[in-house]
Amino acid sequence: MPQKILELSNVSKIYGNLKALSDINLSVNAGDWLSIMGPSGSGKTTMINIIGCMDTPSTGSVILDGTDISRETAGNLTRIRRDKIGLIFQQFHLISYLTALENVMVAQYYHSMPDEEEAMEALAKVGLAERAGHLPAQLSGGEQQRVCIARALINSPSILLGDEPTGNLDEENERVVVDIFRRLHSEGVTIIIVTHDPEVGDVAQRKIILEHGRITQDIDQTPIIRT
Amino acid sequence: MFWRMITKTLVRQKSKMMMIAFTVVLGVSLSTAMMNVMLGVGDKVNRELKVYGANITVRHKDAALMSDLYGLEGRGVNDKFLHEEDVLKLKSIFWGFNILDFAPILEGRAMMGSADVAVIGTWPEKHAVLPTGEELDTGLKSLRRWWEVSGEWLNEGGNDGVMIGHLLASENGIKAGDTITLTAGGRAMTFRVAGIFNDGGSSDSKILMTLPAAQELLGLHGRVSSIEVSALTTPDNDLARKAAQDPRSLSPDEYETWYCTAYVSAICHQIQEVIRDGVAKPVRQVAESEGTILSKTTLLMILITILSSIGSALAISNLITASVIERSQELGLLKALGAYNWQIVLLVLAEVMITGIAGGVIGYFMGIGFAQIIGQTVFGSYIEIARMVILIVAVILFFVTVIGSIPAIRYLMALKPTEVLHGK
Repeated sequence: MPQKILELSNVSKIYGNLKALSDINLSVNAGDWLSIMGPSGSGKTTMINIIGCMDTPSTGSVILDGTDISRETAGNLTRIRRDKIGLIFQQFHLISYLTALENVMVAQYYHSMPDEEEAMEALAKVGLAERAGHLPAQLSGGEQQRVCIARALINSPSILLGDEPTGNLDEENERVVVDIFRRLHSEGVTIIIVTHDPEVGDVAQRKIILEHGRITQDIDQTPIIRT
Repeated sequence: MFWRMITKTLVRQKSKMMMIAFTVVLGVSLSTAMMNVMLGVGDKVNRELKVYGANITVRHKDAALMSDLYGLEGRGVNDKFLHEEDVLKLKSIFWGFNILDFAPILEGRAMMGSADVAVIGTWPEKHAVLPTGEELDTGLKSLRRWWEVSGEWLNEGGNDGVMIGHLLASENGIKAGDTITLTAGGRAMTFRVAGIFNDGGSSDSKILMTLPAAQELLGLHGRVSSIEVSALTTPDNDLARKAAQDPRSLSPDEYETWYCTAYVSAICHQIQEVIRDGVAKPVRQVAESEGTILSKTTLLMILITILSSIGSALAISNLITASVIERSQELGLLKALGAYNWQIVLLVLAEVMITGIAGGVIGYFMGIGFAQIIGQTVFGSYIEIARMVILIVAVILFFVTVIGSIPAIRYLMALKPTEVLHGK
């Protein structure tokens, strides 16, 4: 039986009068590839913030790799995020004055200890070993996103979380990034990505649709995964 | 990685960091200059105040007692004398170096024609060699710098010359260059009037002559009525006031502290140890004025230092906060990657501290330069550099930088990665 890596039970998030998430129940197994889709304002980013330990739910519980993160302190959430979550952003968020290699090493530094060799290996995995010494401004959007993926993976997280990871990429770079996700999925990495793009959403093993803070569809796409 | 990030941040934000460094330079240079001047100004202010004359007088103990207790003058008071040979011993006391000028005074009365006049014998400009071999120049001329003199000052060796107070001179129609005859105790002596002085006080009705001439006229060889002393002193505190009442009331430690500090009471005490039958008393008006002016000057310097530190802290605060807000996305990202609040604060503080230290070193040396300019301009001499200022400036710099960073630290602590990374 596959191991549950994430379980959301009756999770709601309320901002003042706005209910961003309403009674969400979701379970994700280790090695799953889940895409979260929905229109703007449907609660996708709120959900990914809660899963990524950057926010806490107003009610309900979130069990991440055996730990209930819904009632943790800010300090504990930082530690859990550092140990269990790899984050990928739509705007890449690389540090502009550090090279690609150093951007990967920053994540190592705040996790444990910077290891240049290991960081180089991570960049090699996303095909950027040759560009390790370049600053973000000297890299294309696709290359920057691959550095971001290398940074997210460097500490071997339990879950790779992507917030519109292809939102700022052209078609060719989108394909490259999706291929990397596909390979990571085949290696057993748990991937959860938020996307607007149906093409990207459809390649995931499983897709949920959020509307007005509720899961309206939960689609198992295993038989239709495109190769 | 930590230092690599700091180095690259400093290089990337060099214009902002230079602004912070410049602010620190201004604050530290001002603080350094003020504190060096403050610590070195005591003696210089005192020297400036010496134009107001002696701050200690030494008299025979009986004369002092009768005069102080009963306000008596005349027989029993004016016929008690000190020994002229003791006068130079003033320079041999523990605080001898602080005794800048002194002059023996012999007072008496003589007849000028039919008029009974007061005469004063003194050292106008004495050059002496001490038993230690040290040479010194002292005398009344240094203690009466405010005198307006028409004609000439007395020469030390000019025993046939006198100076006359302008009131007495005008009453008797005497001018510089005239000759007068004085008689006392059956002795008559003729003097040439070297100059007419204006003291602005009771001396304006007196005749001033050299000490040997006065001793001869009055028949008081080797005698002096009093000694006027101008000494550099430290403003009194509670210990000095307690000692002034009775030095025997002090504990051994207190006594040592008091004795080895240039309080006016300590100097008086030491003078009494070398002047036979002498009682040294501070001229309170002068001594207290010196203390007051010195205290106020010091207070002014401290206020300037505090205000410049506050100004620096405010300027640093604005610059750091602006810098942190500009970098909020980067710092939010570090939080998202797993950096604790303290790690982010440490990163920012380290950047600011490095910049502050660089600015502090430059500011310190500039401050020394400013102190010398102030010393030369105001006091006409260099200000001695006090090493303790380095420590004080370092502490001020640390607190100014940390206090200036507080708003930025508060902002960093409250910064949520989600707000800067997702724009929510």
